[in-house]
Amino acid sequence: MEFDFAEEQPKFLMLMYGLIAFVAVVGGLLLLLDVVPAWFARRRDARLLAAVTSGAPLLRRRKPREGLFALFFLLPTLLFLVVGLVVPAIRTTLLSFMDKDSTNWVGLRNYGWLFSEPSIVRVLTNTLIWVLLVPLVATAFGLIYAVLVDRARLEALAKSLIFLPMAISFVGASIIWKFVYAYRGEDQEQIGLLNQIVVSLGGAPKQWLLDSPLNTFLLIVIMVWIQAGFAMVVLSAAIKAIPADIVEAARLDGVTPWQMFWQITMPSIRPALIVVVVTISIATLKVFDIVRTATNGNYETSVIANEMYNQAFRYGQPGQGSALAVFLFILVIPIVIYQIRNLRQQREG
Amino acid sequence: MTTATPTVGAGVQATTKTSRAARVRRRLNSRAATLVSIVIALLWTVPTFGLFISSFRPEDQIKTTGWWTFFTDPQFTMENYQEVLFSSSSSAGQLASYFINSLAITIPSVLFPIAFAALAAYALAWINFKGRDWLYIAIFSLQIVPLQMALVPLLKFFSTGVTIAGLQVLPAWELDGAQKFAQVWFAHTCFALPFAVYLLHNFISQLPRDLMEAARVDGATHPKIFRTIVLPLITPALAAFGIFQFLWVWNDLLVALIFAGGTKETAPLTVRLAEMAGTRGNEWQRLTSGAFVSIVVPLIVFLSLQRYFVRGLLAGSVKG
Repeated sequence: MEFDFAEEQPKFLMLMYGLIAFVAVVGGLLLLLDVVPAWFARRRDARLLAAVTSGAPLLRRRKPREGLFALFFLLPTLLFLVVGLVVPAIRTTLLSFMDKDSTNWVGLRNYGWLFSEPSIVRVLTNTLIWVLLVPLVATAFGLIYAVLVDRARLEALAKSLIFLPMAISFVGASIIWKFVYAYRGEDQEQIGLLNQIVVSLGGAPKQWLLDSPLNTFLLIVIMVWIQAGFAMVVLSAAIKAIPADIVEAARLDGVTPWQMFWQITMPSIRPALIVVVVTISIATLKVFDIVRTATNGNYETSVIANEMYNQAFRYGQPGQGSALAVFLFILVIPIVIYQIRNLRQQREG
Repeated sequence: MTTATPTVGAGVQATTKTSRAARVRRRLNSRAATLVSIVIALLWTVPTFGLFISSFRPEDQIKTTGWWTFFTDPQFTMENYQEVLFSSSSSAGQLASYFINSLAITIPSVLFPIAFAALAAYALAWINFKGRDWLYIAIFSLQIVPLQMALVPLLKFFSTGVTIAGLQVLPAWELDGAQKFAQVWFAHTCFALPFAVYLLHNFISQLPRDLMEAARVDGATHPKIFRTIVLPLITPALAAFGIFQFLWVWNDLLVALIFAGGTKETAPLTVRLAEMAGTRGNEWQRLTSGAFVSIVVPLIVFLSLQRYFVRGLLAGSVKG
């Protein structure tokens, strides 16, 4: 027990510098915007006064310069976005057409590699499985649960239980589930819940995470477990927003809960449903932490984001890594276009 | 409620008319519904609960028996937490150091984007200038760029600076030790801005126009309106985004892995835990307690500010 607090001091010092920088930048900007226009205003007043006393013709009052204000308000955001996002994204696109030293152009070779290398094809297939399953299953669970606990007793508590995993990091969630999947030899007592269930049903314990393709599905369970809470909250709010008179009218007509769900609830929450599916799809395409923590991409579980990290930062292949990043970007685009079209239809309809 | 009494009465009459069979069926339905929801609730809580119980069990117990034996043979210890947090042995975790790193990374990474985005969102909503709408659309659509697109060049930007045609335009940052936090703050701020501007713009643009115009007529300048009128009114939105960003940064692995490195000097909890799960996958006494050390802060933030979080979620939720 010899935690040395003195060793940690540089960190606090750095944190303090960060906070000072924050106050200086934001405060300085606001002060600048306050003082400079005030100074100009005073000078204008003085000139006006001088003009009046000397009897010279009055200068026409100029319109205040709005654009200059806007520029200063937007300056930090634009600076950070250009330096940290726009320029790097363009560079990544260029890098994806270059070799591993980022000096020679190689045309489409990195993209050819994407679709010909068997291990990468496997990565793409895995990503496809993820993005097909996670949004569907997570939304289904979220929706079922939202409908079931709607207006039930202890609704708030019941919802918090499902919602809580959203606060847990993907790393934490992966450890939680790795513990569920933990394996002990057949002669030992099991410590993982899943193997314990299998054993008590008379089966033999398995090393779940080593078995392809089953392991990919077990990792998907983790993502579903995290995302279902998000789906549940958004859909629950949408269900509550259905006008009470519609529900009441349907009830008077004596519809069954089943009919109520398909003919009233589902059409009413369609927009929310689309938002949920799209958001989860995009999050799933970029999933990295779960695979990295649970299997490190071994045993044929790797996905695009994980492979991108490996290629660019571990194997020294920025070209191939960039190609993976660009491909990820391309995969996101149709999903977003679909959502924008939906939003537009909603607004018109 | 009082005005609606007649309709409610009619509703009651109609339901009493429905047959007894229907009522029995409805009750069965609701019982099945309760059962299903309890099963789902259990599936969502038992794994966390198991880990939580385990983190308080002695090492030899965790490694040889399932956590459910705790209920028949309860043995309780705080030693796992002691060891994983404060032990100086490098194999133990040393999570106290990493915990401080997580804090040092997260606080500025939340403050900077909030402030910058609030300023930008105000300008985009209430200052008239040419090309305003196009600028907003451009920032908005940056949300869809995956951060993977920026990682390689941004790291290069920090490590070697910028050279254009062989000319060094910007020098390398050359940070070491705790200074590396600055890189992580920078990266998180960049990646958060499109979503932050979008979310805050949603709130700020909906403030009443009359209020703004009245203030303008009274001679208030934009900075003054921003400070005295807008900021107090959008506090809930700032809180909503703040919680988002806090959870996002505290729980992030990828950005930290690349920009903070993996050492005790700068790496946050997530990086250390992911590493421990890989290299010491069987040390469950450390993994269970370690996981809870990392979970406890976001959990507190989340539970105490859940209201704002949900509101932010519903206001629009496409994280870039």
